[in-house]
Amino acid sequence: MVDSGGVVVDVESLSKTFGTLKAVDGVTFQIREGEIFGFLGPNGAGKTTTINMLTTLLRASGGKAVINGYDIRKQPNEVRRSVGVVPQEYTADEDITGLQNILLCADLYGLPRNDSRPHAMELLELVELQEAANRKVGTYSGGMRRRLELASGLINYPKLLFLDEPTLGLDVQTRSAVWRYIRMLKEEYRMTLFLTTHYLEEADSLCDRIAIIDHGHIIKIGTPDELKATVGGDIIAVGVAEAEPDISADIAKIPLVKDVKKNGNEYRIKSEVGEESSIQIIDLVRSKGLHVTKISLTKPSLDEAYLELTGRSIREEESNKMDAFKQRITMMRARR
Amino acid sequence: MAQQERAREKAFRAAPNLNKSPLHGLWALTNRDLIKWYKNPIQLIISLVQPIVWLGLFGKAFNIAALFTSQPGVTQAEIAAVDLGTFGTTSYFSYLAAGMLAFIILFTAAFAGMSVVWDRRFGFMNKAMSTPVGRGAIVTGKVLQSVVRSLIQAAIVLAIAVALGMDTANFSVFAIAGTFVMLFLMTFGLSSLFVMLALRSSDWQTQMAIINLLNLPLLFTSNAMLPVKIMPAWLQTVVRFNPVSYAVDGVRQMLLGSGSAAAAAAGYSVLAPLWVDFAVLAAFAAVLSVLGIILSWRLLSK
Repeated sequence: MVDSGGVVVDVESLSKTFGTLKAVDGVTFQIREGEIFGFLGPNGAGKTTTINMLTTLLRASGGKAVINGYDIRKQPNEVRRSVGVVPQEYTADEDITGLQNILLCADLYGLPRNDSRPHAMELLELVELQEAANRKVGTYSGGMRRRLELASGLINYPKLLFLDEPTLGLDVQTRSAVWRYIRMLKEEYRMTLFLTTHYLEEADSLCDRIAIIDHGHIIKIGTPDELKATVGGDIIAVGVAEAEPDISADIAKIPLVKDVKKNGNEYRIKSEVGEESSIQIIDLVRSKGLHVTKISLTKPSLDEAYLELTGRSIREEESNKMDAFKQRITMMRARR
Repeated sequence: MAQQERAREKAFRAAPNLNKSPLHGLWALTNRDLIKWYKNPIQLIISLVQPIVWLGLFGKAFNIAALFTSQPGVTQAEIAAVDLGTFGTTSYFSYLAAGMLAFIILFTAAFAGMSVVWDRRFGFMNKAMSTPVGRGAIVTGKVLQSVVRSLIQAAIVLAIAVALGMDTANFSVFAIAGTFVMLFLMTFGLSSLFVMLALRSSDWQTQMAIINLLNLPLLFTSNAMLPVKIMPAWLQTVVRFNPVSYAVDGVRQMLLGSGSAAAAAAGYSVLAPLWVDFAVLAAFAAVLSVLGIILSWRLLSK
């Protein structure tokens, strides 16, 4: 059956330079068969550039990458045949129908004609577009177009699918539908997926492993839980009725507690396992004759992990659109 | 185990063997543009308006014979002799009609690059590039759709010209077949040229500027509308370097018999013998299409 140890994407020090701008600066990672691997980072971090190199749209400036056993530089056509690509922008032709668009893709992959029609219908059904199959794409909503792109990306029976910002700009319902399709492809069709996103909750809920990428560098790779663990544990906030005495030193002696801060009537405690520590903390507070007024336990989110690793919140980065815009202009100029 | 069985049920059928020929996808790409063209007849009608206006208004108004008949003592025979010596035919309208075939080809081919620009802009080009379809097939598809469109439009213009009174005395199966071979070579070369110029562009304003920069000069430095004989010497030299001139010259020799001994006796000289016209255009088409395919390998990927 599925060999979960197989490496389907092996990237080593891959880089891309546009003029003087290092869009991707030596990224190294591996994707194992059957997992959903995510690139998480702000706009302009190098996510799309990496995906474009791996799908042979852009020539790499340095490093190497092997996809399904094929070298992206030496065997670009083998790479193209063996992977599916769902680009960020809508690429379907508005003047022809959804079905015609998928059949066109099938022809571009060289799929035999007697196979392409049933397969196209099967895929349209998968993304729930069978009713709209014979309508011009110009009449489709944004969500329908996104689903059509997904179906087109699957036409060549890929075992590995690249998705560039699959839910960018989608409404909540369509986004959850796309998430459902992605999970289905992994769980029921045993596909390997590589996606980029700048939505933390998307990376958190979909990906088996995440690479945080910023300014063309991979900062850390790990499972969502591993990344969250870099924050240093759960946070327990305990409010007491009495400001004195200070029992910080006693709390710090409790096993698994890593750090204690007192702020007025409140203690902020970091613990490796918050559920266990909190009970011991309550017991301790009571044994000292103090009264607990409130207690809360916060699991670290990917948000906090991102902040810890990059020193900035991803939303902060988002609001700094002007920088991203300037960078994109530089890249466009360099590409000409 | 049960879950594995279920997964196997859900899996897609085994992938069939893919066609790995370098030409696969060529027809699909060509056909995509053609579907868009014939599903939208407005585009065709508008593109036919210009040559029809030229033919119907200019061609009919520019009545050379009337210039002479206003002079006293000039016979019809003398007028015909002057026309034959100047245009290689006794009818300026027929002379212009042959030029208009080149005109419609030139103006259709010039826009071949525009669809490359649109495809880049709307991401279709990236989609195609991420598939194993040959880079040469992408470019050739663009050229072929323009070739098919321009030849169909040329056939319509020819039919309209005949309806409006073009001289058909020299028409034969060979003359018409030869004319379309000539026009095919011309549109193949020109379409390749304009597609090539658009390969790196994602900006339609620039592309429009290029079209305007090349279109009218290519038309006016050719023999499409006026005889070479009445042009200044420097322009006559330029005409000889313009491939459009050879296509028009060849078409006139075949459709109007402008290469006949009678025309030569009246003082009309063809630009080149018919076989030279064919050779020049064949070379033009071959060089530009090969260049287009070579450039597509270099320019389409970034």
